[in-house]
Amino acid sequence: MNLRRDVFQAIADPTRRAILLLLTTQSMTAGAIASNFDTARPTVSKHLQILTECELLKQEQQGREIYYHFNPKKMKEVSDFIEPFRQMWDDRFNKLESVMKNLKTGKK
Amino acid sequence: MEQKTKIHAEDGRQEIFITREFDLPLDLLFRAYVEADLVEQWMGTKVLQLESKKRGAYHFQTTGPNGNILFQSSGVIHDFVENKNITRTFEMENTPFPVQLEYLDFEKISDSTSKLTMHVIYKSVADRDAILKLPFAFGINLAHNRLQEIFKNVN
Repeated sequence: MNLRRDVFQAIADPTRRAILLLLTTQSMTAGAIASNFDTARPTVSKHLQILTECELLKQEQQGREIYYHFNPKKMKEVSDFIEPFRQMWDDRFNKLESVMKNLKTGKK
Repeated sequence: MEQKTKIHAEDGRQEIFITREFDLPLDLLFRAYVEADLVEQWMGTKVLQLESKKRGAYHFQTTGPNGNILFQSSGVIHDFVENKNITRTFEMENTPFPVQLEYLDFEKISDSTSKLTMHVIYKSVADRDAILKLPFAFGINLAHNRLQEIFKNVN
């Protein structure tokens, strides 16, 4: 079966999201990435393959090593990468509002 | 429907603005930032220290189900004017992210509504962008089990 890889499928998995986070600040080899996870090396390779297929990661040959780096252009495709950040603050502020509203009604 | 919380982040700049209008009078909004037990309730974090005053400081801690520390943040309070503004630093401890500077402005809109503007300044454009991407990479929950582990290895 030939599954089409898309960005949303790629980020649905927590390990893949962790790999993306790891690579936001640096490029790394597959071995270095795998050393950050308890998961078996072939599983990490599979995750890297999926992330590469949907172009969230790019491979770059440096000497004998292949480095993976994050492709921010593709990230923008996921509507807007700031949206989850906004959502996080929105949730937090909604909580603030409800905590303070309860306080107000509790007092009166 | 218009969004209540807005993020203004211009490309290539090392700052962002977060604005939010609250269905709360100004003094209640401000209290939510000042009193430790209230901060604990809405931030979902333990408040180990909160000295809401000029030259004050704070220290928050989020623990996991087994009491293990998932996330710690702390900073110093540079300026504190009641019902008006708080200027503070913010640091996520044990992470590669540098300290950021936060200007919080509290404004009255009406007797029952108020507005908060957070102006956050990062060390660099790259640091800002990495932090903006964090919730994306992790789903909404920052207190992800692996966060600490991964950061330890990044360092």
